[in-house]
Amino acid sequence: MQTKKIINDGNRAVDEMLEGILAAHPRHLKSVDGSPRSIVARDGPRQGKVGLVIGGGSGHEPSFLGFVGKGLADAAAIGNVFASPPPDPILECAKAVSGGAGVLFMYGNYAGDVMNFDMAAEMAAMDDIEVRTVLSTDDVASAPRDQRHKRRGVAGNFFIFKAAGAACDRMLSFDECERIAGKANDHTFTMGVALSPCSLPQTRRPNFEIGPDEMEIGMGIHGEPGIAREKLKTADEITNEMLDRILDEMAPARGDKVAVLVNSLGSTPLMELYIMNRRVKQRLDEIGVSIHASWVGNYCTSLEMAGASITLHRLDGELQTMLDHPCDCAMFRAG
Amino acid sequence: MTTIDTARLVTMFAAIANSMSADRDRLCALDGVIGDADHGIAMELGFSAARDAVAGLDTAATDPTTLLNTAAKSFLNAVGASSGPLYATALMRAAAAVKGKTALDDADVVALFQAMAKGIQDRGKAELGEKTMIDAWAPAGQAAGEALASGKDLAASLKAAAQAAKAGAEATKSMVATKGRASRLGERSLGHMDPGAASAVTVIEAMRVALTD
Repeated sequence: MQTKKIINDGNRAVDEMLEGILAAHPRHLKSVDGSPRSIVARDGPRQGKVGLVIGGGSGHEPSFLGFVGKGLADAAAIGNVFASPPPDPILECAKAVSGGAGVLFMYGNYAGDVMNFDMAAEMAAMDDIEVRTVLSTDDVASAPRDQRHKRRGVAGNFFIFKAAGAACDRMLSFDECERIAGKANDHTFTMGVALSPCSLPQTRRPNFEIGPDEMEIGMGIHGEPGIAREKLKTADEITNEMLDRILDEMAPARGDKVAVLVNSLGSTPLMELYIMNRRVKQRLDEIGVSIHASWVGNYCTSLEMAGASITLHRLDGELQTMLDHPCDCAMFRAG
Repeated sequence: MTTIDTARLVTMFAAIANSMSADRDRLCALDGVIGDADHGIAMELGFSAARDAVAGLDTAATDPTTLLNTAAKSFLNAVGASSGPLYATALMRAAAAVKGKTALDDADVVALFQAMAKGIQDRGKAELGEKTMIDAWAPAGQAAGEALASGKDLAASLKAAAQAAKAGAEATKSMVATKGRASRLGERSLGHMDPGAASAVTVIEAMRVALTD
């Protein structure tokens, strides 16, 4: 049986979505002439500033293009659903945001994205644009601790891009922007849980099977299997299980400060996210970790998948400054 | 001896695109088990784009190298994903392998085919046994080369390649993924055929039929 979706044509879903986004956010976003999958901030790219290009597959809205705007990313390259964009739109983004100070490519660590962005970086070099890449690898469930570089990038992108975007907007050097981006990634830890699958607009079939009373801890934002399939538990138990893994790695000391993101994978409602967030606050209070800021809602989704992720971003003075730096994007504002 | 010209390569891309459309849902289902369920979509999209791009060429005025490069670029820009760079690189290497020729003899086609396998391996940086499309492409490339060297014609060489690809794809069922999206699964990838290897079998079989039947 096919899933229900409000679409016209599965093959046109991404382009029609982009038309709708540009119609809704003309003050923030525009596409590059002749390259409709390259979305650039109207305000942001400027001479002497390191350009920040983010991107990835569609289906994760408001990631990635919702975080394009002054103070955050300068451009996003848009792929098909759950598929990396090809090199051309990435290259067009790089050209559009290059201010002569270098361009930073930031995206989640997936084999396809790495190949396409690397090809675009090689092409940009031929146009005398220096590109450096910082991959996000915040998904604690996706590889063992000693192989952090192999992990996926998921909802923690929000904090990682935010820090890098602030560094770029503050006109820091290419080296500094790159360093802060990498540090933000090192300080960011995410765990997800999935309750029900999503379906691609082109197939309208559930992309994995899961029992009516089951959940999967650690599932990826494309439905990649996680680390354990279990009976569905209570919100407190699920939150505990996710936080145990995050805190074990983050190893916070009493008095540490974090930012929190409780993110819906698509169809899990705010009610459930706030119930989880309540438990996050209790747990952090218990260990003497203070919350500098929290975001609860849809930040990195997986179409209509049910489930959520929790991200902790461990702050020091520098990362707090970057987090508090104002930004004005189509789907996110701060400061 | 067969000679393969540009027009024949146009029909080859049409044949691959047809096979991919027919195979799309099976590939998506395979990918749903261990990946993100979009592999069939990407492969159909890529080869449809390649088919359409080469169908627009004037075959009389186009050499195989130009045709293959056109196919590579259109595949890449339609798809992105992992299969985009992998198959685009395969087709660009194929283009380079037959540079300067207008009609391809048996050895040229086998060289083209082996260049595809090498291109995928170079771009993906995967080794045999890592549960990727290389587990179908590498043995297929090798089998085609060996068959030709032992005096077989193109039909027999590509038949050997198709058989080797099939065996390679079957073998991925008993492999634990260490590359690509399924690698995060570890042991749980056991027992499932790699979708990239499965689609490679379909591509290779479609090429075999289109170039030799």
